[in-house]
Amino acid sequence: MAEPLLELRHVRKAYGALVVTDDVSLSVEPGELHAIIGPNGAGKTTLIHQISGTLPPDSGQVLFGGEDITRLPMPRRVRRGLARSFQITSILPGFSALENVALAVQARSGSSFRFLGNAAQEKALNGPAMECLDLVGLSPRAYVPAGLLSHGEKRQLELAIGLATEPKLLLLDEPLAGTGHDESQRVVETLRRLKSRLTIVLIEHDMDAVFSLADRVSVLVYGRVIATDTPERVRTNPEVRAAYLGEEELV
Amino acid sequence: MNATLLFVQALNGLQFGLILFLIAAGLTLVFGVMDFINLAHGVQYMVGAYLVAAFSAWTGSFGWALLLALPTALAFGLLLELLIFRHLYDRDHLDQVLATFGIILFLNQGVRFVWGAAPLSVPVPEIFSGSVEIATGLLYPVYRLAIIAAGLAVAGLLYVLVSHTRVGMLVRAGASNAAMVSALGVNIQRLFMVVFGFGAMLAGFAGAMVAPILSVEPGMGDNILILAFVVIVIGGIGSIRGAFLAALLIGLVDTVGRSFAPNLLRLILDPAAASQTGRAIAPMLIYIFMAAVLFFRPSGLFPVKR
Amino acid sequence: MTELAETPSAPAPSLTTRLELIPIVLFAAFAAAPLLATSSGAEGYVLSLLTRVMIFGIAAMALDLILGYGALVSFGHAAFLGLGGYAVGILASHGIEDALIQIPVALAGSAVFALATGAISLRTKGVYFIMITLAFGQMLYFLATSLAPYGGDDGMTLSSRSLVAGSGILENDFAFYWVCLFCLLGTYAFSRALVASRFGRVLRGTRENTTRMEAVGFQPFRFQLVAYVISGMMAGLAGCLLANQAEFVSPAFMTWQRSGELIFMVVLGGLGSLHGAIIGAAAFLLLEEFLPEILHAAGFFLSEETRSHLAENWKMVFGPLLILVVLFVRGGIMGLLRRPHHG
Repeated sequence: MAEPLLELRHVRKAYGALVVTDDVSLSVEPGELHAIIGPNGAGKTTLIHQISGTLPPDSGQVLFGGEDITRLPMPRRVRRGLARSFQITSILPGFSALENVALAVQARSGSSFRFLGNAAQEKALNGPAMECLDLVGLSPRAYVPAGLLSHGEKRQLELAIGLATEPKLLLLDEPLAGTGHDESQRVVETLRRLKSRLTIVLIEHDMDAVFSLADRVSVLVYGRVIATDTPERVRTNPEVRAAYLGEEELV
Repeated sequence: MNATLLFVQALNGLQFGLILFLIAAGLTLVFGVMDFINLAHGVQYMVGAYLVAAFSAWTGSFGWALLLALPTALAFGLLLELLIFRHLYDRDHLDQVLATFGIILFLNQGVRFVWGAAPLSVPVPEIFSGSVEIATGLLYPVYRLAIIAAGLAVAGLLYVLVSHTRVGMLVRAGASNAAMVSALGVNIQRLFMVVFGFGAMLAGFAGAMVAPILSVEPGMGDNILILAFVVIVIGGIGSIRGAFLAALLIGLVDTVGRSFAPNLLRLILDPAAASQTGRAIAPMLIYIFMAAVLFFRPSGLFPVKR
Repeated sequence: MTELAETPSAPAPSLTTRLELIPIVLFAAFAAAPLLATSSGAEGYVLSLLTRVMIFGIAAMALDLILGYGALVSFGHAAFLGLGGYAVGILASHGIEDALIQIPVALAGSAVFALATGAISLRTKGVYFIMITLAFGQMLYFLATSLAPYGGDDGMTLSSRSLVAGSGILENDFAFYWVCLFCLLGTYAFSRALVASRFGRVLRGTRENTTRMEAVGFQPFRFQLVAYVISGMMAGLAGCLLANQAEFVSPAFMTWQRSGELIFMVVLGGLGSLHGAIIGAAAFLLLEEFLPEILHAAGFFLSEETRSHLAENWKMVFGPLLILVVLFVRGGIMGLLRRPHHG
């Protein structure tokens, strides 16, 4: 097996007596779509914060491409190719959709300490940004202020921004949260298209989506990983079934 | 430079620190509980001093004047809350800064309009007049000792209120998580009013206490407001304990620094240069101190968890 | 004012062209004013008032750069006015009277002060930032009051305006007016370019959502610090001009009330449009100049004594005005100009 792209080693995080991430070890192989599921309060978001760098773990290590990034702040991780989207939509509402993405392109192309020249007209930024919008099917809305987009469109925009940082690995925190049926279909289709291009870690509640997209699934319960396996095997795992009993129907 | 002088300066610093604490306490609570930055807190102090000046001229007694000034200062604070502050709670800090800055402009000119620009003086109350010998050959004004005693008493009272009463508990909870307190079904609006009025009264009390030893004049609250900001920033916004400690530190650093900086510099510079540089550096000491604290602890000495 | 200014970031032609008219009209008015001043009969008075307007316009615009575009509420910006002013005053008192030396020194001094205080202030957020910038401004104020060799509390009078390459051309009020206009235009053009540049876009991005900017790989602190330094230097330049205009420097240049007034100017004009700040400065200074007379005239039904008492205390009107602007006039003067278009 190749070296894992992302590896967590015995990561632990506690708030007082409450252990939210309990000795989590996990490895994500290059090219796979690795889903992390778990009932509410399992600590999924806390985990993604520790992977992306918004929250430091109490102990343990996070390795990315074989290098220890445990203490690296988020911007530096992004520059190494570890991008994330947010569970609660986090965009720049006053900027057009295109500019939202162009800023992400700008972040990785040359210095941003340029005080002259109109950034909004730079083809070298707008071109790749438009491509990313195209990938998520949002190019017709490129010039609309992001704040005026529909909820589903904002989720698409988040994806496009993530893509524009040219990540090796994209962390998606509930990209389907709050979307309607049609909208979520569209996001799932987009993800399916992206799957072949890069490694994705997906945290999601929507089981249909997870089981149709994921190559492997890790199940997080009370801060512990109780199983990591292919979707089929996870589905039949008795421990997983027990954890989910009364919580959600595993189809 | 000698020990006696140092002791006197330390007492002065303590007295100044306690006055600062009375002002900073209200400021830090108002900010902690309501996320509201109130520049007009300094004018409450000025209003307290003017009220005592006016009432003592009218009644001829400092005691009565203080008794009348406190509820008036409280009422005044509540009036401001009702008329203006209430409309600013859900605005951003920039709006709060500007509107409360407007109140300062208005009131600084307002007291000039009513009482004139000349400073008023308030006589030291009879029973606290004169000096006592606190060490051999060392006289210290009784009234300043009275301020220290009153300051310590109020600090103690505040400690009991905040740590041992229901309202105090709500205030502490509110300072760390206002949303939770309101989720518990507490009438946040009323809690705000209580905290606000109380803060205004404390500042008014501080102003009233210093009225006999300082000149009562327009704008007297401005500089002390900024010092109070320095205090709560060093102490950690929302923390009473931090405000107390920081206020005493600032009081001491400022008072002692002003009288000893030139002397200390004399060790390395010639006398003329030392006294000149010392005078220039002394007023900057507390800001340098603040910068140093913040450099190592950007949210102050006792950051309140949010 | 949670929605700080709307900056048209995508092509929105109709709005942009309409708004471009305002700065053109504004600068045309400044350019035409000296001609009108000559015919007004009170030439000196009009020129000096408008020169002050332009100087404060530069300072307010400098503040708008970080306040309107970076959401950094600096409450100590008057310190830079003082730095600029004292650089001119102190150098002049040592016989260095040429602006070609004074201004670079003033700019360097402002940059160093901004870098040092900014590096500490920007580590903190929100209300801490406001209070710390206020405190640093106050620190410099007290330093100035204790500078006995340079006038201490009373400040110092300049024997003349700065020389330019050895020539005393600035002694001419018209020449000085044009120099100020040139500086205003120059800083305006520079700020405009800055705001639209890559750098400016990152700054605007951090204003809207710092976390998002971090999540695409920017470190907001660096950008905010550089913006703070640039803004400080612009305000320092305004300080140099102000000292020359008044031919006097004093700690009063950098009181914290002055810092508050600068914020007021920016908000009054409308945040985040640059020329809004100039308009705000103009409105503020003209109001300050004419309010006593307006009050006197408005109180025609009162007795002469009350009227003059009222006019004397014109500042009392300023406070409530400020509160009303904050509570009811969102977006300032630029907001009012923009509104009819939106329908």
